Amino acid sequence: MSPSDVAIGGIYEHPLREAPEKSTAQLHAEVAAGALDDAGLSFEDVDAYITDGPPSAMSMVDYLGLKNITHVDSTSVGGSSYLFHVGHAADAIASGKCNVALVTMAGRPRSKRGGGRPSNRPEAGFERVYGTATVNMYALAAQRHMHEYGTTQEQLAEIRVAASNHAQYNEQAMYQDPVTIEDVTESRPVSEPLNLLDCCVVSDGGGACVVVSPEVAAELEREAVWVLGQGEAIKHHDGGKIDLTYTGAVESGPRAFQQAGVAHEDIDYASIYDSFTITVLETIEDLGFCEKGKGGEFVEGGALQAPNGDLPFNTDGGGLCNNHPGNRGGMIKIIEAVRQLRGEANEEVQVPDCDTALANGTGGSLGTRMASSTLVLGGGAQ
Amino acid sequence: MSDDSPGGLPTPTPSVNPETQPYWNATADGRLMLRQCTDCDEAYHYPRNRCPACYSESTEWIDASGYGEIYSFTVTHGGVGGDYAEATPFVLAYVTLDEGPRMLTNIVDVDITGDRAGLAIGQEVEVVFAPVSDGDNDHSLPRFKPVR
Repeated sequence: MSPSDVAIGGIYEHPLREAPEKSTAQLHAEVAAGALDDAGLSFEDVDAYITDGPPSAMSMVDYLGLKNITHVDSTSVGGSSYLFHVGHAADAIASGKCNVALVTMAGRPRSKRGGGRPSNRPEAGFERVYGTATVNMYALAAQRHMHEYGTTQEQLAEIRVAASNHAQYNEQAMYQDPVTIEDVTESRPVSEPLNLLDCCVVSDGGGACVVVSPEVAAELEREAVWVLGQGEAIKHHDGGKIDLTYTGAVESGPRAFQQAGVAHEDIDYASIYDSFTITVLETIEDLGFCEKGKGGEFVEGGALQAPNGDLPFNTDGGGLCNNHPGNRGGMIKIIEAVRQLRGEANEEVQVPDCDTALANGTGGSLGTRMASSTLVLGGGAQ
Repeated sequence: MSDDSPGGLPTPTPSVNPETQPYWNATADGRLMLRQCTDCDEAYHYPRNRCPACYSESTEWIDASGYGEIYSFTVTHGGVGGDYAEATPFVLAYVTLDEGPRMLTNIVDVDITGDRAGLAIGQEVEVVFAPVSDGDNDHSLPRFKPVR
């Protein structure tokens, strides 16, 4: 068996965006049950459990009382973790370690702000003392990209505009009103050149997916979505030689395309991690959908707009408008790609004849060290 | 807000470990140090015993000139926690040191609300030291100001 024979059998996005009355473990359990139900499977069928936590995979296997676990993975690389998990699950299934891998994530940053963890990371003394945060580290990347390539705030705003146009059809999205370029460029500056509407939402909730062997997939009522390829990479500070204008997708992308045996023109839909507008712009370039530095021109004129743009993206509204649970948006990227391949996206943004999709996750920070995972998924009879 | 001195920003106590203790001790004397590999000659930052360019353990401390240029910067108005939440707007930046490595830092002694003279990518900057507020430690935070 090859990892490309492995399928995603079930998905579930938690409907809540604010969950003050639930525990994080409870959210994990609810998305787990939702994804298993979507697949037509039960907790009894699960033989692999994967989460970056918190809580840990060990705690969650205990909480859920899972009795048949033969494989566990806790790869923790920020918001991209779940795109790593699907690839690792495919490898584990292909090598015979398990047949039904349950991948869950959940978090409650909207209900419980703050709570930064004390750190013994080696870089700790050299960053936070200067007032670093998520947004201003991404702002450094945006500023440098604008300097080198002439990218403009208006071009970054195009990304939010497209996402908001998609979100108007998603009744669960946090922000459902379409916005204009001016709405974005005139919104409050958070860390220049990024304004408030260049930033993703903060939401509670979570999501899950179930990765299954071809034998299990064949027995499910739902049409399977195939894990055609996955590539991963860490891009880092490089001892001080950091270049802020590109992401780890320059490595994870080609690895995924190669394993999947597909080319850019085969991609009908793309879920692109959108913690900030600049994340999308750099990732599109790095995946090779346009020339490096030309991302601004590429997104102008509605290239990202579903269903008819050159590269329809984030049709749920993405992290920018719909959902970014636990400050980690990767699972929702997988879920929307699966919806597109099943033909179950919201009608107005469903890409016609969508049979190959890409999902890209970004974890950590464009400003220091980051993880990137690229998934290529296929629908129907591959 | 205009920073007349490096003291215009918070000075949180850095986390120090055995690999980085000499770096922080030197800041108390107004010296900015880098780690350099004696095998491949690469100077790097943040400091650590093993060279991240060639993996050699033959590395040593060197004094940096304290000069460099702005590689990127951002005027931060929000989205930060702790003491810095009260210090906005402030400038976070990467400075490319003359020795090569880029380090995260703040740019001080620039008028953020006015014409922002001195705040641009490529602007030449020099190090200044802000003593940390924690009286138990004898350290300073290296920050940079425009060379005028």
